[in-house]
Amino acid sequence: MAHDLHKTPEAPAGAPEGGRRASTRSEELFDELHASPEFAELRRRYRGFAIPASIAFLAWFLLYVVMSNWATGFMSTKVFGNVNIALLFGLLQFATTFAIAWAYARFSSARLDPLAGELYDRFEAGQPGTQDGGRA
Amino acid sequence: MNDQVLTASLFLAVVGLTVGITIRASRSTSGTSDYFAGGRSFSGFQNGLAIGGDYMSAASFLGISGAIALAGYDGFLYSIGFLVAWLVALLLVAEMLRNSGKFTMADQLAYRMKQRPVRTAAATSTVVVSIFYLLAQMVGAGSLVALLLDIDTDNTLAISAVIAGVGALMVFYVTVGGMKGTTWVQIVKAVLLMAGSALIVVLVLAKFDFNLSELLGAAASNSGKEGFLEPGLKYGIDTTSRIDFLSLGIALVLGTAGLPHILVRFYTVPTSRDARKSVLWAIGIIGVFYLFTLALGFGAAALLDTGATSEVATSKGNLASPLLAEEVGGGAGSVGGSVLLAVISAVAFATILAVVAGLVLTSSTSVAHDIYNSVIRKGQATEREEIRMTRYAAAGIGVVAIALAIPARHLNIAFLVALAFAVAASANLPALVYNLFWRRFNTRGALWSIYGGLGSCIALVIFSPVVSGKGLDAAGKNLSLLPTSIDISWFPLENPGIVSIPLGFFLGWLGTVTSKEPTSAEKYTELEVRALTGAGAEKAVAH
Repeated sequence: MAHDLHKTPEAPAGAPEGGRRASTRSEELFDELHASPEFAELRRRYRGFAIPASIAFLAWFLLYVVMSNWATGFMSTKVFGNVNIALLFGLLQFATTFAIAWAYARFSSARLDPLAGELYDRFEAGQPGTQDGGRA
Repeated sequence: MNDQVLTASLFLAVVGLTVGITIRASRSTSGTSDYFAGGRSFSGFQNGLAIGGDYMSAASFLGISGAIALAGYDGFLYSIGFLVAWLVALLLVAEMLRNSGKFTMADQLAYRMKQRPVRTAAATSTVVVSIFYLLAQMVGAGSLVALLLDIDTDNTLAISAVIAGVGALMVFYVTVGGMKGTTWVQIVKAVLLMAGSALIVVLVLAKFDFNLSELLGAAASNSGKEGFLEPGLKYGIDTTSRIDFLSLGIALVLGTAGLPHILVRFYTVPTSRDARKSVLWAIGIIGVFYLFTLALGFGAAALLDTGATSEVATSKGNLASPLLAEEVGGGAGSVGGSVLLAVISAVAFATILAVVAGLVLTSSTSVAHDIYNSVIRKGQATEREEIRMTRYAAAGIGVVAIALAIPARHLNIAFLVALAFAVAASANLPALVYNLFWRRFNTRGALWSIYGGLGSCIALVIFSPVVSGKGLDAAGKNLSLLPTSIDISWFPLENPGIVSIPLGFFLGWLGTVTSKEPTSAEKYTELEVRALTGAGAEKAVAH
């Protein structure tokens, strides 16, 4: 598509003008998408997951570091064999990291990607075929 | 002697393999998108492996397992910080950066701000972080190769030659292979590293009938140290060391998502969904790897001599993994032992090469794209000129790194890796997060948080015990960087993060609210839509 455009004879003469018009058109499109209820919903869903999840795992990690430093007695309690609470707590950090990553993967493909994809398609449809996929 | 020949030939095989990959990759590299972002055509899985290859440095492979072998549980604390950190990248940074940037960290920041000052600041921070990290890797490479090939560490010429050789190789990867070559080197390294460590882990666990508790018990009794399996052996000495450790933990967890050489990896995939997939793969790969280091470290403690005069202790733990490989292969002198030692040593060497290549590429891209093209040429440079400038910058950075690493080879500069994380968390992360989440954030806020975070980190380290005032250890070795006669230290912590990270966020806020710059609301609208939906994002190159 981009190639066809370059081959059009009137393209060189009208290029600067056309370029400017295309960019204004993009700005309007961005405003339009930003104002749409779908975008507000997408942002609400994303922030509703990412921000609480970030606060939770940072607090959970800090709790672990603080307890390793200041609650060594408790952390040294043996649970079975030579395995103590400190080691289990550490392994639990691995488990929660994997779990949050998995939960985000599920959440984003079910709740974010369809909305984002719809907005993206609307943007592409509204663009005059000038994007060359190269230099921005 | 035969062992050295075997090790040296495997090292040469690693060099030959990576050089071959680089030359192959250079044939399909034609423009800036190829050269700086690998054509944005790597899959999520490939990029996940490459991120692992970029991130799992010799400091993690040799350093963490060594720290566990010597300090027991406290060594494990590093692995956890290094892994949990990836959630920041996954939830807050990776996808939105892919959608709103192009080649460098500065692209995203400069999107709605005054281009030239913001790009200059971001490029400065990129180059500083990368040089710190690079220096630590190169000095590590020098002493590692010396240890593995049995070169005397006082043999200045040989060590300098090793450092210069590593430097020349990394410049070659970057100038010839660009991002495609570097990415493939990192993918191959990640596969070698995972396979090599998995093999040793299985052999170690087999010795203990795959019973974790038995391994831990043997590690604790063989180490002869009280409380080896409990936290506090290394960091629990007094309140200062505990706060120091807390400070390190915060820097590790917040620094990863601000490391420029990690950030640029998100540009090598076609869409933000692939960026997400690559972080998910990276979390899986890196998480499994750090579980391996746990088994390697406790395995070394259980099976090797880790007393004060042992080879493990005198190498500060760096030789724990290679010597463990030799032990589980059948012991010193056996064929199996020699082969496994040589294999693991070559894997460690590949690890260093892949990491330094990523660092040089990132910093030279920033010099060419942000400073040369955007600031000096005001965006008028052609693709060819930009790539040419990157090659010059890579050679320049390579020469600077070699010139700094050779005189620093006897210094204990391992702290530079932790410092790189602290700078990334204090200077880069506040700017990135504010830019994506705060409509009002502006040029002055970005400049204050970047320069403030960067400057405070470096200043606090200069006046910390790392640089002066720690005195001599029992063996009469100077523990600080400066001679013992000079003492300028007043900041008690070795890790500045606990002060400099809040300061970076505070300065970003203060700069923003005191600035009279009109807010660029339309640009933020555009950035927000672009970051969340991918509308208008850079597309992959079709070949």
